[in-house]
Amino acid sequence: MVRTRLSQSTISLTLSKPWTTSEPSMSPTSDPLAPSISPPKPFPSTPAITLYGISGVWYSRHLILTCKLNWILSTTLLRIIQKIIRYDICRHHRRWVAEKLGTDAADKELEFTKKILSADAKHYHAWSHRQWVLLALGGWEDELDYCRELLEEDIFNNSAWNQRYFVITRSPLLGGLEAMRESEVSYTVEAILAHPENESPWRYLRGLYKGDTQSWVNDHQVSLLCLRVLNTKSNFVFALSTLLDLLCHGLQPSQEAKDVVAALEMSGTVEPDSDLAKSVCFILEHVDPIRANYWRWRKSKLPHAT
Amino acid sequence: MSSAERANNNSMTAAPTKTQQEQWIVENQVFQIFDLFANLPRNAKSALVELQRDNHLEYLTRGLKRLDPSFCVLDANRPWLCYWILHSIALLGDYVEHEVENNVVDFLSRCQDPNGGYGGGPGQLPHLATTYAAVNALITVGGERSLSSINREKVYMFLKRMKQPSGAFRMHDAGEIDVRACYTAISVASVLNILDDELIQNVGDYILSCQTYEGGISGEPGAEAHGGYTFCGFATMILINEVNRLDLAGLLDWVAFRQGREGGFQGRTNKLVDSCYSFWQGGAFALLQRLHAILDEQLVNFGPQTGVASDISGGEESSDGTQVDDKTCHFKLGGTNASCPVNLNSIGYNFVKQPGEMEALYHRWSLQQYILLCAQDMEGGLKDKPGKRRDFYHTCYSLSGLSLSQHSWSQDEDAPPLPNAVMGPYANLLERTHPLFNVVLDQYYDAHEFFDTP
Repeated sequence: MVRTRLSQSTISLTLSKPWTTSEPSMSPTSDPLAPSISPPKPFPSTPAITLYGISGVWYSRHLILTCKLNWILSTTLLRIIQKIIRYDICRHHRRWVAEKLGTDAADKELEFTKKILSADAKHYHAWSHRQWVLLALGGWEDELDYCRELLEEDIFNNSAWNQRYFVITRSPLLGGLEAMRESEVSYTVEAILAHPENESPWRYLRGLYKGDTQSWVNDHQVSLLCLRVLNTKSNFVFALSTLLDLLCHGLQPSQEAKDVVAALEMSGTVEPDSDLAKSVCFILEHVDPIRANYWRWRKSKLPHAT
Repeated sequence: MSSAERANNNSMTAAPTKTQQEQWIVENQVFQIFDLFANLPRNAKSALVELQRDNHLEYLTRGLKRLDPSFCVLDANRPWLCYWILHSIALLGDYVEHEVENNVVDFLSRCQDPNGGYGGGPGQLPHLATTYAAVNALITVGGERSLSSINREKVYMFLKRMKQPSGAFRMHDAGEIDVRACYTAISVASVLNILDDELIQNVGDYILSCQTYEGGISGEPGAEAHGGYTFCGFATMILINEVNRLDLAGLLDWVAFRQGREGGFQGRTNKLVDSCYSFWQGGAFALLQRLHAILDEQLVNFGPQTGVASDISGGEESSDGTQVDDKTCHFKLGGTNASCPVNLNSIGYNFVKQPGEMEALYHRWSLQQYILLCAQDMEGGLKDKPGKRRDFYHTCYSLSGLSLSQHSWSQDEDAPPLPNAVMGPYANLLERTHPLFNVVLDQYYDAHEFFDTP
């Protein structure tokens, strides 16, 4: 079978190995059907390939493996699959095989995703697969520690923050979101103070109160954190945005809060306003101009609070 | 002062993390381009900010002609390439030779599975993504021959087969289940006028379970909020008339922060700008513009003393999936009650016919600046960011995002945008695209009329 010359677009797709592509299937380089490789050996003969293309090859493999279940239970096959999975196109197939192998496969699967993540700590499919492994096969014991490790390496890694959320909400070994909230808030506040310009922990903090907005509004730690960052007069966009959200959800601002905001207004670019939320919106329009339309709209939607 | 704050004060001397390093590199490249641009004389400025139509068209038409029928049989991407290229050409307001159009229609017909749906190539297993691409490509070609080549009854049967008990869809037999599969299925069904209650059953529940704590939507429950999946989930919820179940304020807040200093959008928090998100993320704003009534309704639930606040997101919903708001007859979109049933298959049409009553809430000018100055390739085509190679995927979605941005403040859908909505010469103006399906609006209207017969 002769390969005709690939079009330029396909060439550019094939140049980046799906293995190293972080992004999920929006871009076809990580699409399960990405035509970026020729099938490795050993493989079904040509008819299967011509009939089904890449995905069909794995489908027919699926059928063959069903008939040879005992053979599947060998680690040798798993090593073969590990090599093949580098191309990411049979992640789903890998799940199917792992399910057949049972919980013993958990460690191997977690190790495998760890390898991918050590090269690319935000690899979308690797994280998806890791989450599936935890839910289907277990292995939660070290997961929170793993998140901590990744965040120590890179506190801006949003995938690690997302995984942390996944663990504290879903791990059968932990008590659930509410039980974990206090310790997680401490952890997150530390992270924010180290880098207030880091969006991830701010969203994570808000997420810790998901489904319980009143607790979020009433927790002094949150508003105090905002004021603390605002007092530094640097990297305070998220602090202001959080304060705005708190005010919209009924936070009664302290005098200190009003003073801190007034101090930010003193640069002269902003008119002082008796409505604190309005003032916050004005400041945001100026310090975060890329989102000026959004802040103006927020201002127009402010509740008519005193 | 805590140790963390001390660390913050010392952050200038602390080693930057990988995220920070990569971000600074991209920002440097982009701002170098912007500085260069700012310092140019006026004439040179106009040239640089011009959309290189001729170059792009040449790149696209060459690409289409290279999709030879005798192409490598392992390539499963050809329907996608057809769509990306044809849609890009249509956005540029140009046409493809009749013969090439016929070849595309013939080729896609051979990709059509006898049991319904389109595979990646002749004889390949049908797949939701390639079905979406093929249908959109055929609608973009337009005309009787192209549209009648779609076997709608069989497509419907294929969609039913891909439907899962959970409500979601599977991409293909033994394929993955995710939000993108839901979007491709529902979009195809809607645009072909074959959407029904069976297909939409529980889809809303699945997508709701994918709205994350960040506000965006992930590919699967638990995964990270992501621009592509956010668009897919959001568009699907609109098409199945359940968009008011989403936490729209949360979604808006997340997507608003996805626009960076570069002007373009990133796909996820703390990741790099990429021109393709001009459509996925920019598209979310285009959708929100027409949902202001539902957005306002959700915001009313915020506020002091109510206690109800904004706990609208999944988990707070009643398990039988009833709408948050019953009195929705006066909304054109979102929610139904017994006396005001919504024709599912009219949602896409009504959505664009309805005038937008609020402005787009992102910085349109900055987005256009990023696309025109940083994403255009000198030899034609568009790319992710400076330093990357051009490809048809990025060409398609950069141009789609540019189109949305240019048309984002047209109150009257028949009136052309004002010059101040278009960065660069007015000739930069692209054809309008449908923000739910991403096909050029004129082609969409023709298809809508064609498929209106049951």
